[in-house]
This record gives sequence, structure tokens and C-alpha cells, in this order.
Amino acid sequence: MSDTNFEPRIVGFLCNWCTYAAADTAGVSRMQQPPNVDIIRVMCSGRIDPVFVLKAFAEGADGVIVSGCHPPGDCHYTNGNFKTFRRMPLLEALLVQYGIEKERFHWGWISGAEAAKWAQLVRDFTEQVRALGPLNWKRELESKED
Amino acid sequence: MITFTIDGQTVQTEEGKTVLEVARREGIPIPTLCYHPAVEPYGACRMCTVEVELHGRTRLETSCTIPAQEGMIVRTNTPDVYKVRQTLMGLFLSRCPNVPLIQELAAQYGVTEPPYPTDTPDEKCILCGLCVRVCQNVVKAKALNFSERGITRRVGPPFLEKTRDCIGCGACTIVCPTGAIEIVMEKLAVYKEKPLGPTSAIYVPSLQAVPRVPVIDTDVCIRFRQNDRTNGRIADACGVCQMMCEANAINFDQEDEIIELEVGAIIVATGFHMWDPTQLSQYAYGQSPNIITGLEFERLSNAGGPTGGEILLADGRKPESVAIIHCVGSRDHNAHPYCSRICCMYALKQAHLVRDKTGAEVYEFYMDMRAFGKAYEEFYERIQEEGVFMIRGKGAKVEVLPDGKLRVKGENANLGVMVSVDVDMVILATAIEAQPDADRIASLFGLGRTEDGFFAEAHPKLRPVETNTEGIFLAGACQGPRDVPDTVAHTGAAVSMALALLDKGEVTISPAIAWVNEELCSACKTCIALCPYRAISFIEEDNVARVNEALCKGCGTCVAACPAGAITGRHFTDEQILAQIEGLFRLPVEQLEGVGS
Repeated sequence: MSDTNFEPRIVGFLCNWCTYAAADTAGVSRMQQPPNVDIIRVMCSGRIDPVFVLKAFAEGADGVIVSGCHPPGDCHYTNGNFKTFRRMPLLEALLVQYGIEKERFHWGWISGAEAAKWAQLVRDFTEQVRALGPLNWKRELESKED
Repeated sequence: MITFTIDGQTVQTEEGKTVLEVARREGIPIPTLCYHPAVEPYGACRMCTVEVELHGRTRLETSCTIPAQEGMIVRTNTPDVYKVRQTLMGLFLSRCPNVPLIQELAAQYGVTEPPYPTDTPDEKCILCGLCVRVCQNVVKAKALNFSERGITRRVGPPFLEKTRDCIGCGACTIVCPTGAIEIVMEKLAVYKEKPLGPTSAIYVPSLQAVPRVPVIDTDVCIRFRQNDRTNGRIADACGVCQMMCEANAINFDQEDEIIELEVGAIIVATGFHMWDPTQLSQYAYGQSPNIITGLEFERLSNAGGPTGGEILLADGRKPESVAIIHCVGSRDHNAHPYCSRICCMYALKQAHLVRDKTGAEVYEFYMDMRAFGKAYEEFYERIQEEGVFMIRGKGAKVEVLPDGKLRVKGENANLGVMVSVDVDMVILATAIEAQPDADRIASLFGLGRTEDGFFAEAHPKLRPVETNTEGIFLAGACQGPRDVPDTVAHTGAAVSMALALLDKGEVTISPAIAWVNEELCSACKTCIALCPYRAISFIEEDNVARVNEALCKGCGTCVAACPAGAITGRHFTDEQILAQIEGLFRLPVEQLEGVGS
């Protein structure tokens, strides 16, 4: 990419019990990870309304992560992650129709024990989004409004 | 009651007892070879011969078969009795000149040389028939009997051929007084080779338990095996334990019970599992019976163990040198990266026990000595003063030498040289790990697990016994490796937390729960099926969905799904989350640099 100073902005929607706990442990354990991911905590990945992801892209995010507890049995709320499992593939298809590369959207599962996996995801996904360059969806949306 | 005299001593007994049984009870010694309390007496060896005077007549009788009678006068030690036993021992020694038990007993009656020559000096069987009687009447397998007659009489299976009737229980080898029977396992052995396991099918699983109740291992117990094997045809085999139990406490009809309780709190204390050191082949575990784990050493040095607490090698000798290897499977990226915490201290204790009980030289291969507890460092110093060789460096390899000795190779990092010592016994301080079924317990109670597999506490510093599931607490090593004092403290904390919860009489629920705006609810019922707790019910008369606040756990799944936007997840409302997203992007990209570094 021509813009070598490009720092991607990534929003992570994490469930309180698994991936948020992993992210917390990764921090407490001083695991190195780029500062590009901003985390929004929800109690369950089943709470993540697809609107939140669209809103994040609309506000200027270059990438979005959705992560919860491993299916089948890890969910603190029995089966909230199953709902995520149903919703996210549909959302992914929708994003592609909107012209957003599906590499900008990651959804998956990281348990509370997998702090290292979280740190690795942050490193890999940041580089993946960096390679894609800025999304500029916000600017496009604003220019259409004008 | 019957009153009679033995060696001038007046004794009383109930009817039906034999003279030998009464004499044994009174502590009067009578030698026997073919007698066993669990087996019907037979009078084969005749060593229990005594002089009996009854109705003015004196006879020599075998005390194991003659019932006690009123007015009987029994003498166990007359010249006639001595002469009979001397003759018998001469015959036994002639038949079995190389059996230590026979040699000793013969020597007691002044017979040191066999009076008659033999062609088969390795004969061990004295034809006492104990094995036959045990197999017929106790085990009920009927795999052994006498064959032929006279001088060719001998013991064996029917037609002296291999038999399927033998169940390999080993009862015959246990009762045989001269060690003449050996069990040769051809295929899958019922008794696995567990030299340090329970010593019989009925055993006390935890010697410190109160009450100290034994259990029967029904996979090994002869009675249960015969019952299973014959589909109940032989349902009354053995039962020797029941016969011997004076308290009448043994009941073979007991079965496992499943007890259902309703409780307000659960403490998970499922403990740990000893890691199996065969997974790291360099320690040669399993290649020599003298390479044992720390837990097996505990069994060996336990007064209730197979050696009565003596520290012995597999061949019964005392070890002259012992190596203890720390961190076997712990702090090792090929097994467990974590420290198992308890091993340094128990390894030091075991070094002390070896020094104290055998005086053997002890070599401790350690990476770091983690004597972190109260008075632990002082104990470490004491062990050093006891003359234990401390070698700083992980034991790298154990080799079994052709003569059975064990060669331990490692590095002495303090001197910067490779070391190699030859020892008689190696103790592996193996890692402790999470129970193999911890995943099942975790999903049963909704527990998290840390990377090492142990259950995760709610917070490593501030909530060490609570879990993310309300009312479930953790105690002890199921949460991570810990020693006894730490486990006691941890358990005390878990019990206090559980009591505090119960004592309050009411439960505080989280305010972060869902709420339905009934004005907006379109009665589509989408939320009802989604709720994992059945906390949302449909109120027919009002035609709306309503959340039961006591049941709702606040996951927000219904909030995300409500097509009418009628459900609010308190503390995680759509407005709040969308505002968070907006807030994120108020910070210009340029300011990101340096953030978080």
C-alpha cells in the first residue's frame, strides 16, 4: 500500500466470559500485541446485534472481530454462541454485498484459557487488515449523503 | 459351654470348635502345615498331633480335626508328641530337602539332615492339599486335585493338563505353605502387575479416612468374579472375609447408590491426577520395577503398604543408593510447562526417609529448589546436613544396566560438568495435572479452565475460590497444583464462601438483565424460544412477552434478536453500545501511535 503510515482501526466485540477473559489475561500476562484493536465488551456473543458490526464499519473501522465461547459447551449462557454461529455467516454475506472484503471481518471462538491465541489473532488480523488498506466507508457514506 | 484343659490350663469354648482353634485362641503354640482357618481341616500333615486323654484313655490325635469335648485333657508337648513330629519332619525333609520352611521346622525337632535320600531334591510340594481344598471349597473353581496314588501322588489340574477352570485368582499360591505353586500368566492377567497397589481384593482405600471402612474390588474379588463368570451358578465362592469378620460387617449384596440432593451451593474438590511418566521415554519408567514415581514411593514407605513401610527394591534387598529426579513432566515443554509446586518438598521428605530408613546414598537432581513455604527452607537445609547429594541440573536420562542397576545421567550446572551415577532405585517426582475427565466436570458446572487444564477461578487475586457460575466454588488441587497447607486454606475459603451464600437466605441477582417494553412488543414470540433459561414467558391476556427477573441471567441474546427493538438489555443497551462505537472513532487515527505501548 502506498500509505505506509496506515494504522488500521479494528473494533472487537467480545463476550464477557471467554474471549474478553482471554484478552484480559493476554494483557495481564504482558503478551505483545498491536494497539489497533478496541474492545467492546458484551455479556454474550449472542448479544451482538449485526447492527453493531455495521455501525462500527460506518463509523470508520477498517476491521471487526466478533469472538465468543467455543461451541458447543463452553457458553456461559448454555447456547448463546449458537445464535452467534447462525447470525455471523449471514452477516458476512451481507458485508460482501456491501462491498466490504470478508477478510475485514473475523468471527470465531477463543476461550478464557487461550490468551496466547487472542494475542496471535490480534497480531495476524491487524496485519491482514493493514494489507487491505483503509476502508474509508465513513467517507463514502458521507459523500453519498451530500 | 465345654470346659477342658490344654497343657494344664483350663479353657472354655462353645461346642463345635476344634482343639487347635481353642489352642490358637489361647495362644498355645501348635505347629501346622496343612491348616488354614478359612479352609475345612483335613489332617494331612499331622504336625498338629497332640496327646488327648479322655475317659481315662490316652491317644495321639490331630488337633485340627478333633472337636473339643467336656473333660478332655490335652497335652501339646509330651515326649511322644515330640517323637511323632520329629519322625514327620524327617519324612518331610527327605521329600523336600531344599524348602526353607521345612528346614527350619525340622531343625526345631532336631532334624538337620534328611534321613532318607531323594531323586528329586527340588520337590517343594508336601501334598498337604491346602491348595486343593481352597480351589474346591473356597474358590469353587475345582481346577486342582490330587492325581494318582501312593508315591506318585501329586497335585495338579484334571488330567494334569492346562485347564480353563483356573481363574488365575492366586488363592492356591497364597495358602501353599512351601511356595510350591507359581502362577504363570499366559495372556491377559487378571491381576495386572501392580506391585505397589492394594495388597488384596478387599482393602482400605484411604488409610486416614474416618470411618476407616474397607471396600471390595469386585473386578478382583473371587466371589464376584466366580459369580460373573458362571452367570450366577457359583454365587457363593470364597467369602473368607465374611467368615473372618467378627463384627459381621461384610455384606456382599451392597450396591452402588445414586443419591440426589437439592443444595444451594456446590464445592468442586475433584483434585488432581498423577501424570504418567511413560510419556517421556528418557526416564525409562516401566523398564525396571525399581524406577518408581513419588506416589509409588509413598506407598512403599507407608506402614500399611506391601512391605510394611520398609524401603526395599523389587527383589527384597535394601537399596544402597537412590536417585530422586525432580521436575519429571513439570517445567518441561514436552509435557507440562508449569511447576507442580509440591514435588520439591516431597522429594526432600523422601530423601530424608531413604536416609533415615536405609542409610542409602541419595542423589537429588533438581533444577531449582522451590522451598517457598513456612519452615520449608529450614527443612531443605536439614536435608543437606543429612548428607544428601544435591545435584543442580535436571536428570536427563535413566538407563537400565544389564545387571539391573540404574544409571542416571544429567548435568551438574553448578560445576558445568556432565554427571552419571549408578543407583539401585530411581524415584521420579512426576508432575501433577488436571483430572482426565475435568472437561466433563467443567461442562457440567459451566466452569472455565485455564490453559493448563485446571479449573479457572473467577479472579486470580480477588476471587480465588469462586467460579463464573454462581454458587459453584473450587477447593484444592482441581484449581491448580497445591500442597496440603495451601489446600486446607483454599478449602476453608471455599467453605466460608458457600456458608456465607447459604446463611444470607437470599440471593443477590445482577442488575444487568433484559426488560421488555410492552408498548413496543409485537408478540412475535421470537425471544421466547431463544432464552436458554426460559426466563421469558408470553402473557396471553396482555399479548406481550415478559421477563422473569429472577431467572434472567442477562446474556442479551433476546435483545439482539427482537425485531421490534422492544427488549432492552440493561447496562448493555443498544444506545450504550452504539455510543461506545462512536466514542472510539472520536479519537483521531494519528493519536493511536504510542497508545498501549
